[in-house]
Amino acid sequence: MLRFLLRRLLVAIPTMFLVVTLAFFMMRAAPGSPFVNERQLSPEVEKAVMAKYGMDRPLAEQYFTYVKGVVLHGDLGPSLKYKDKSVGDILKENARVSAILGLSAILLASIVGVTLGVLAALRQNRSIDYATMALAIIGVCIPTFVTAPLLVLAFGSKLGWLPIAGWDETTIVLPIIGALPRLANIVLPVTVLALPQIAIISRLTRAGMIEVLRSNYIRTARAKGLPEWLIVRRHALRAAILPLVSYLGPACAGLLTGSLVVEKIFQLPGLGKFFVISALQRDYTVVMGMVIVYAALILVLNLIADLLLAALDPRVRLS
Amino acid sequence: MSVSAMIPGSPERAELLQNAVKGRSLWDDARRRLMRNKAAVAGMIILAIMVLLAIVGPFLAPFRYDTVTKTDVWLAPLQGGHLIGSDSLGRDLLARLFAGLGVSLLIGVVATSVSLVIGVVWGAVAGYVGGRVDEVMMRVVDTLYSLPFIFFVILLMVTFGRNFILIFLAIGAVEWLTMSRIVRGQTLSLKQKEFIEAARAAGLSPWQIISRHIVPNLLGPVVVYVTLTIPAVILAESFLSFLGLGVQPPMASLGTLIANGTQDMEPAPWLLIFPSVAMALTLMGFNFIGDGLRDALDPKDR
Repeated sequence: MLRFLLRRLLVAIPTMFLVVTLAFFMMRAAPGSPFVNERQLSPEVEKAVMAKYGMDRPLAEQYFTYVKGVVLHGDLGPSLKYKDKSVGDILKENARVSAILGLSAILLASIVGVTLGVLAALRQNRSIDYATMALAIIGVCIPTFVTAPLLVLAFGSKLGWLPIAGWDETTIVLPIIGALPRLANIVLPVTVLALPQIAIISRLTRAGMIEVLRSNYIRTARAKGLPEWLIVRRHALRAAILPLVSYLGPACAGLLTGSLVVEKIFQLPGLGKFFVISALQRDYTVVMGMVIVYAALILVLNLIADLLLAALDPRVRLS
Repeated sequence: MSVSAMIPGSPERAELLQNAVKGRSLWDDARRRLMRNKAAVAGMIILAIMVLLAIVGPFLAPFRYDTVTKTDVWLAPLQGGHLIGSDSLGRDLLARLFAGLGVSLLIGVVATSVSLVIGVVWGAVAGYVGGRVDEVMMRVVDTLYSLPFIFFVILLMVTFGRNFILIFLAIGAVEWLTMSRIVRGQTLSLKQKEFIEAARAAGLSPWQIISRHIVPNLLGPVVVYVTLTIPAVILAESFLSFLGLGVQPPMASLGTLIANGTQDMEPAPWLLIFPSVAMALTLMGFNFIGDGLRDALDPKDR
């Protein structure tokens, strides 16, 4: 296990390095500069600004300076657009919101999705099965930018039960995560984020469960006279959620780094929206920081998924 | 069997051939199973209607998609000759819906073709050649996977401008990664088969083996994945349009129509509802066919 971890981390280093290199040069190859959209700068001032951020040096030198800063000091540099703010601070501020939303959505989707999937598999071709599959189809076919405004229209504008948008914080403060938002603020965004995930998770669980329930060891468990719920919980579920584990890794990375559409519609200060704005404004350092966080998350979550798979499935050998 | 039945073109032979038991290929089998799948057939019918509307619709609609009529702003369905209403500039929603449907379907098909070509070639070469080459090619795929989709797209957009054709290419160039992984996996197992060894023994070049023997045998999983990629691409385009990076006005796509619909949903809910329904039906059609094909081509379920 320790060897496996070490090996995977060693493989991850060149991948991360490639990601950083590719993103850096792609970003710089794109036309435009972080300083053009502002008030027309005189050439001297622009030169001074460029010099301040070391952007007057050759690109290769800038690249090495950047990589050195990241690797040696974990320093992602200053933002080019937000004066006096470092990229680290910006990421921290915005990641909180995206992480709270993403985690809640994953939790909700996993609980609802697995429950529905198991029920559908146990009552195959009965009404609950059809209802679950209908929900699964709807969840996949109706994109978030349709569900979000429709829910806002229904529960926000017409019924007035929930706020249309915004992010207010409560006084409850957790370690690491910080102040929690008001529940009313996150009900709609989390639902919108969770719906497509519920669809996929319930389908995966149902398919896995149906296959597992046909296998011999389940028949053995039945023959032993174990009660059905125990068979499901202890024997079948464990094997049935294996495909789910490998799906959730990358899905989590996507949700945790923020969903643009949801953040835009509900006007939430999350990472996704910030990423697009920064890319459009060529805030190079912020975009690079975001890319690094995203890539690292994907690598780590995939690693966790593999470890989890090995823990759940004794046939899997870590090598 | 008489001797004359062996002579090509003789009436006896024609009769013999007619009475012979028809062999069923894998694809015949798959087609029969697909046709028995009600959801898949429904999906095909939905899509056929959508394609027909996208092609014929613009000629039947009483308005053009880009005609601005100042007096017709936000007309509800059936008013002023607008069958499903008009938008904030007084443009006919039906005409715009037909145009948008066509653009979205076109983007779906073209971008998927781009991803198909890149993905299949990349995956087949990596899987067949193996070794160091495979490792490097797959490392490239891993790296691209770790970059956020939107990062590529924004960079491509700002580099090449908001060009209609480039949206196709941009999305296609990002969507090929999963395809290449699937193809590589299949190629790895195909490579062990005897017929590949036979082809190699017969002196075929690697490129000939890949194009004549490997790729045709990959068709099953590739076809399934293609039918699932098209809706993903249509969604990706709408997503970009929603952010204002996709199709530019006065052109329409399902995504831009929905994006405009959300802005005006309070005074004119039909602007959101009709495009959303069209989008949901289109995606549903593709997904049904994709699922049906997967069941039909999956030998495990026989």
